[in-house]
Amino acid sequence: MHDDTPTARTAHDSQASHGSVGSYTLGFALSALLTVAAFALVMRPVLSRELTLAAIVILAVVQIVVQMYYFLHLDRRSERWNFISLYFTILIVAILVGGSLWIMSHLAHDVMGMGIEG
Amino acid sequence: MFGKLTLDAIPFHDPIIMGAGAGVMLGGLALAALVTRLGRWRWLWTEYITSVDHKKIGIMYIVLALVMLLRGFADAVMMRTHQMIAVGENTGYLPPEHYDQVFTAHGVIMIFFVAMPFVAGLTNLIVPLQIGARDVAYPFLNSLSFWLTASGAALVNVSLVVGEFAKTGWAAYPPLSGIAYSPDVGVDYYIWSLQIAGLGSLLTGVNFFVTILRMRAPGMKLMEMPIFTWSALCTNVLIIAAFPILTVTLALLGMDRYLDAHFFTNDLGGSQMMYVNLFWAWGHPEVYILILPAFGIFSEVTATFSEKRLFGYRFMVWALVGITVLSFVVWLHHFFTMGAGANVNAFFGISTMFIAIPTGVKVFNWLFTMYRGRLHFTPPLLWTIGFIVTFAIGGMTGVLLAMPGADFVLHNSLFLVAHFHNVIIGGALFGYLAGLNYWFPKAFGFTLDERLGKASFWCWLVGFYIAFMPLYALGLMGMTRRLNHIADPAWQPWLIAASVGTAIIGLGVVLTVVQLVVSIRNRAQRLDLTGDPWNGRTLEWSMASPPPFYNFARIPEVYGIDSWNASKARGEQISPPADYADIHMPRNTAVGFVISGFLTAFGFAMVWHIWWLAIAGALGAVASFVWRAFDRDVDYMVPAAEVRRIEEAHLVRAGGEAR
Amino acid sequence: MIERPGEYSLRAPAAAHHDHGHEHGESEATSTTVFGFWVYLMSDCVLFGTLFAVYAVLAPNTAGGPTPGELFELPFVLTETFLLLFSSVTFGYGMLAARAGRRRATLLWLAVTFAFGAGFLGMELHEFGKFVAEGAGPQRSAFLSGFFGLVGTHGIHVAAGLAWIVAMMAQVVLYGFEEAVLRRLMCLSLFWHFLDVVWICVFTIVYLLGVLNHA
Repeated sequence: MHDDTPTARTAHDSQASHGSVGSYTLGFALSALLTVAAFALVMRPVLSRELTLAAIVILAVVQIVVQMYYFLHLDRRSERWNFISLYFTILIVAILVGGSLWIMSHLAHDVMGMGIEG
Repeated sequence: MFGKLTLDAIPFHDPIIMGAGAGVMLGGLALAALVTRLGRWRWLWTEYITSVDHKKIGIMYIVLALVMLLRGFADAVMMRTHQMIAVGENTGYLPPEHYDQVFTAHGVIMIFFVAMPFVAGLTNLIVPLQIGARDVAYPFLNSLSFWLTASGAALVNVSLVVGEFAKTGWAAYPPLSGIAYSPDVGVDYYIWSLQIAGLGSLLTGVNFFVTILRMRAPGMKLMEMPIFTWSALCTNVLIIAAFPILTVTLALLGMDRYLDAHFFTNDLGGSQMMYVNLFWAWGHPEVYILILPAFGIFSEVTATFSEKRLFGYRFMVWALVGITVLSFVVWLHHFFTMGAGANVNAFFGISTMFIAIPTGVKVFNWLFTMYRGRLHFTPPLLWTIGFIVTFAIGGMTGVLLAMPGADFVLHNSLFLVAHFHNVIIGGALFGYLAGLNYWFPKAFGFTLDERLGKASFWCWLVGFYIAFMPLYALGLMGMTRRLNHIADPAWQPWLIAASVGTAIIGLGVVLTVVQLVVSIRNRAQRLDLTGDPWNGRTLEWSMASPPPFYNFARIPEVYGIDSWNASKARGEQISPPADYADIHMPRNTAVGFVISGFLTAFGFAMVWHIWWLAIAGALGAVASFVWRAFDRDVDYMVPAAEVRRIEEAHLVRAGGEAR
Repeated sequence: MIERPGEYSLRAPAAAHHDHGHEHGESEATSTTVFGFWVYLMSDCVLFGTLFAVYAVLAPNTAGGPTPGELFELPFVLTETFLLLFSSVTFGYGMLAARAGRRRATLLWLAVTFAFGAGFLGMELHEFGKFVAEGAGPQRSAFLSGFFGLVGTHGIHVAAGLAWIVAMMAQVVLYGFEEAVLRRLMCLSLFWHFLDVVWICVFTIVYLLGVLNHA
């Protein structure tokens, strides 16, 4: 039975850099607000369909950033390689999703019966 | 009880399969008998199977690759001889359902169980030494990765005798690979062997990415890393980013087959072209996963055997990085003929031509490194020069295929087959064999026979041209790939020529084996006591061969590129450190081996729908992993006195050599 | 191009640190492991990205079967979303307790996190069961195959996370907050919060956009 030793604690930075009750709660409140806002925009449409679509995508992106900052503690003090790997991953996912949609939509136009229901 | 598995699954009626199966079993028994006679089981278990030492794991990867190379090459010989005789009246000796398995197995084995383990093996063996590390970041995961790869290879080999392998070609396109058209177990073997081996590759990718970024010797900046380490870094980035795509693709194909889902089926909205799209979104980066390490090896070999610093190090690095990113935007060139239209095809055609540019930069770098260098024509350098010429040809035919218009004519023809063998044999495999010849003395402490190495090289090179140049011609004449029967007798002379070339390559394969056997037998005369037989430039040559299990008694300080060469120039090569310190090392563990055993059982059970065994295998694997997490006795200290003893013994031997 | 090994994965190094070997301080082993886990999560991102690509391409192909607008009940999904969000913040409190060395508080928060996570998973399974009972299983259409593939993969991740939480509670009980336990808690923390980030995308792209496009 090893109990918490002082070294085990001091080894990991100061408390501040790992968030606090306040920062977690703030992150939660912001996320909840953003979720409810997106939900409300779809359930009780006040904008046009296109604007609603744009709005909920933006709200999702903002919420991802919020959670990355408050929950995953990705901020200016983070190590460079965490960011480089994240940006590279975002690039690859964007290429993959965007490229697949582009390629497959072309196919749907050009080839009969593809991508059409049935 | 045994799901779909019955005794009928074993093709007793087929003499070829039974002969091959019996051969494999006899070979295995002979090997087991040999190990027993030498009393080496315990040694095998403690020194290799349970080892977490990156050098031992690297050696096991390379052994796996060489063994599977023999299997894959046997498939190649069967295809070539069959096509040579199956003309006109003659139907050849392989019935279609067997022939289809042979070409599928050939592709799968060569890509996943020869090239991938070879890459992982050389990376394991050398990268930690080049960056001045004592091991990789996660030694246990490294052992697990190897055994997962071996597990996948085992499943492929089991399919030879129990049931059958996929008859779909190595890319397993649906709807052919769907349950409607492939109701047998072949595709399931394909799916599960690649999923298990793919998990191993992914873990290797993470492991080496972190190792290279986090465990370099003090002072070694990114732009001072040896170029092979750079190529390994880029390769592992590609593995991390590309292999999940394959995992998902195969999992969805599995859902189609097992759960009647409709991702890639013809009906209910499925899209088989989405499979093709995803497969190549992984498949093209995969091509660079195979070739980038070879580029790294050629760079090391060229610099060492030209006695010059690599020309244009920075250009080389940026070319590697450029290829890493560009390799994700060219995948559609594998299916121009799908019918996506002009804009899409034009974009991917042009991007494909762009990716040739960084590769071209590299070729000039190697040439300028050799220019006015003091060349030593050892086997590694011969492989390099053979590569430059051969790969340039393969690259140019690739640029031809990058034009959608030309591709519409050449798609799926033997021209394509010739092209990718041109770059994979003449590029990747030549590189691995150069690396094998170059680093073998580091792993074992004695050099490989040069005469046999050169003979093997010439057989491979000449054989390659005779075997594959006719395929370019046949492709232009209109012969498509994977034909079980040849309709046009005019093609036969070319096919005979290709078979002759295959025979010459076969001689090269045999000579490689003979080279290994002869060198091992004569190892007493071939000993390298210095640890630096080639007058190397990078850190792996700064230590004894084979290196002590902890690699570096004292972690070196690094100043600049080619730091070992710089140390030697300052006359520091044999300087015993003033004092030795205790070294912290990970303990051996059998958990990786055990998990892979469970997963092999799991994969086999999934193939045959033996659900109780599948559940048991999966639970066993998870339980073993959790057991490992609760095991706290995972490392130990090597006392400084022990380190001193090992290091001083090496200095005495190396000193004797120097005198 | 100098980069140095950091103290803790997502943080810049507290002090210049030049020792990379195995004998270096324990905190660097932790930082290396947590960084490696981050890299694994990046590969998991690509895995989910591929599933999203498949879903996005196949979602219009409902093959005459039910459409997203007909199937999805957004208030139900909003509840699910909030369960996961609650579990994220309670895990965060648990991590704060662990860093402060408060064992009972840590176990309590982990248990609460487990309960929210299990609630989320239970609701998801309920939804899946309802769809299958309505004849809207993965066999029905490419859209539903894509739906089950994507959402199911997220669910499997959550299930793995729940098992991991149980294992970590056992380790906290057995070993307290020793180095390896804290390190694993940090990795689990990244994993759990990452799953919430993926769920934002599922909630938006699958459910909200699905209802918006097919209302």
